[in-house]
Amino acid sequence: MLEIKNLHARIAEDGTEIIRGLNLTVKAGEVAAIMGPNGSGKSTLSYILSGREDYEVTEGEVLLNGENILELDPAERAAKGVFLAFQYPVEIPGVATMQFLKVAMNEQRKARGEAELTTPDFIRRVKEAAEQLKIDQAMLRRPLNVGFSGGEKKRAEILQMALLEPSLCILDETDSGLDIDALKIVADGVNALKSPDRATIVITHYQRLLDYIVPDTVHVLYKGQIIRSGDKALALELEANGYADIIGEAA
Amino acid sequence: MNMQTTSRLTVAETALIEAFAQQIGELPGDGAVIGTRDRLLDDLKKSGLPTRRIESWHYTDLKTLLKSIPDATAVAAIDPIAPLVEGATILSVLQGSADTRTTVEGVDLASFKERLADGSAVSGLTARGSDDAIGRINGSFVRDGFALTLPADLQLEEPIELQTLHAGGQIHTRFPVSFGARSRATIIERHQTVTGEAAFVSSISDIVVEESAEATWIILQQQGAADTHLGQIRVQLGTGAKLRLFVVNAGGKLVRQELRIEVAGEGAELMLRGVNLLGGDSHTDVTLVLGHNVPHTNSTETIRNVVFDRASGVFQGMIRVAPDAQKTDAKMACNTLLMSDDGDFSVKPELEIFADDVICGHGATVADIDRNHLFYLMARGVPENKARAMLVNAFVAEIVEELEDEKLVEALENVISIWLETHA
Repeated sequence: MLEIKNLHARIAEDGTEIIRGLNLTVKAGEVAAIMGPNGSGKSTLSYILSGREDYEVTEGEVLLNGENILELDPAERAAKGVFLAFQYPVEIPGVATMQFLKVAMNEQRKARGEAELTTPDFIRRVKEAAEQLKIDQAMLRRPLNVGFSGGEKKRAEILQMALLEPSLCILDETDSGLDIDALKIVADGVNALKSPDRATIVITHYQRLLDYIVPDTVHVLYKGQIIRSGDKALALELEANGYADIIGEAA
Repeated sequence: MNMQTTSRLTVAETALIEAFAQQIGELPGDGAVIGTRDRLLDDLKKSGLPTRRIESWHYTDLKTLLKSIPDATAVAAIDPIAPLVEGATILSVLQGSADTRTTVEGVDLASFKERLADGSAVSGLTARGSDDAIGRINGSFVRDGFALTLPADLQLEEPIELQTLHAGGQIHTRFPVSFGARSRATIIERHQTVTGEAAFVSSISDIVVEESAEATWIILQQQGAADTHLGQIRVQLGTGAKLRLFVVNAGGKLVRQELRIEVAGEGAELMLRGVNLLGGDSHTDVTLVLGHNVPHTNSTETIRNVVFDRASGVFQGMIRVAPDAQKTDAKMACNTLLMSDDGDFSVKPELEIFADDVICGHGATVADIDRNHLFYLMARGVPENKARAMLVNAFVAEIVEELEDEKLVEALENVISIWLETHA
């Protein structure tokens, strides 16, 4: 599904190198957790995969289903199935949530040469997905993310993910700012989307989220490289001992 | 007239003087009206069109910007277009001439031409000060329009649309409208080209909102890319009167909209909202002179501008608070989205406060599209051009929604998105 080969990337503005020869493969159906201390490049990786202009790839490739996506803009990548659940979803006053959802869904369908959704079909899909995530209809009548609490914003991200049916889901610190009830709802939403033809990358600081979204593989990111990979036991080891041992081994 | 004066006249000034000479005996009006017209044109001739040396015209040097005046042309019949809001009664002014066949139940209605002919319009024709070029031009040339009187307690459920359409040439209209005590109504003043042929348009609306009346007045200016539009809105607000004034500029080559508002009754409220959609090589100027003349009144003014191409825009907002107008509450804001490096927007807020117990504020911002917003929308699959259009739309939709009238909001948002689709 996703192959990252020898990826090097820097901040476009000042040239600071953040990703330094990163290799990672995530298979279809797999849930891969990426863990690492602050400043290791976790969020940067999520932005590079989704096409944010602030970063410049200087070397390497990112293949999605065999196709290099680095030349595509964020919208084109989204249409190919890349979805980033933001750590901090932005509030956009004046853009109605429902209108935004409809435009996003239909633009992706158009880009893939599929028919646009009819309004009743669209509304039915939103209603069903919203119920699962315990999202109130009143929330959907507000402008996009405006006045949403931290938990509501994260649920709204998962709602978008459910509606857009991506093939590669990237969850950037989805657990941050969530209480345990909200965390369960969000995790249930993510687990419900597990499928043999979908790959998921869970970026997190803490083991806590991984109790609810159980990973198949765990990768430790440090100074822009994957320095250790393992199964879910690795996450538990990190939780118990911290990053210091692994960093020491790699150094 | 000496040689020196004559040589200073611009092409446009000469054309105006000639047009007036050609229309002598043709412009409607009794003796007093004709006398007033002559005086106004004479003043215009003497002082010429205003230049940047006149403070209120500093950012819109009309003498330089107004290159020429299209010939007054007789045009074949124009048909009215569909109303902005379904259910509205259309009072049309086609090629400068009011169609008086329509009536509105409960409203006293006359063509402005009749008011000129019988002389009752004469007092309104005078200019408001020496910098009132629009008053002079319109007073000299005005031919028609509508005079409406809404009697006390009248409540109109559906809007009245003053639909001013033209196919080029010279168009001068006027709309004196009074909202009687406790009446409530919405009036949509619409100016639009139907052919794109160049036009020189002046239009003055004289609005009186009497005690406890609630008026909504929408101005939708959609002139052609070659048109000059000189608009002036004069407002008098009585005790406890409420006015929501919404001005949308989405057309024209050279546009000036003057808003001269007197809040003259205690407890009166003004809500002014402006949307300026600027593109091409256009120049658009919105100039507000707002007087809070008595105690206990409030007003909010929000202007949102979107500038594309090489367009330039101006907002001048002057708020005067009279010495005894205590407890005035006025808030003015002007926000601009600059979508092009070649576009510009000038903002000049002015507060003249002579009372000591007031809340008065103003703020101005100029920004580009927020890159975080753009990335968010694109990351969901919305292509860049569409995402930009959504964000620009959102920037202006935010204040359109303040109208809280579903049909009106939808109609205006529609006008705005169509404009953005063709210009962005």
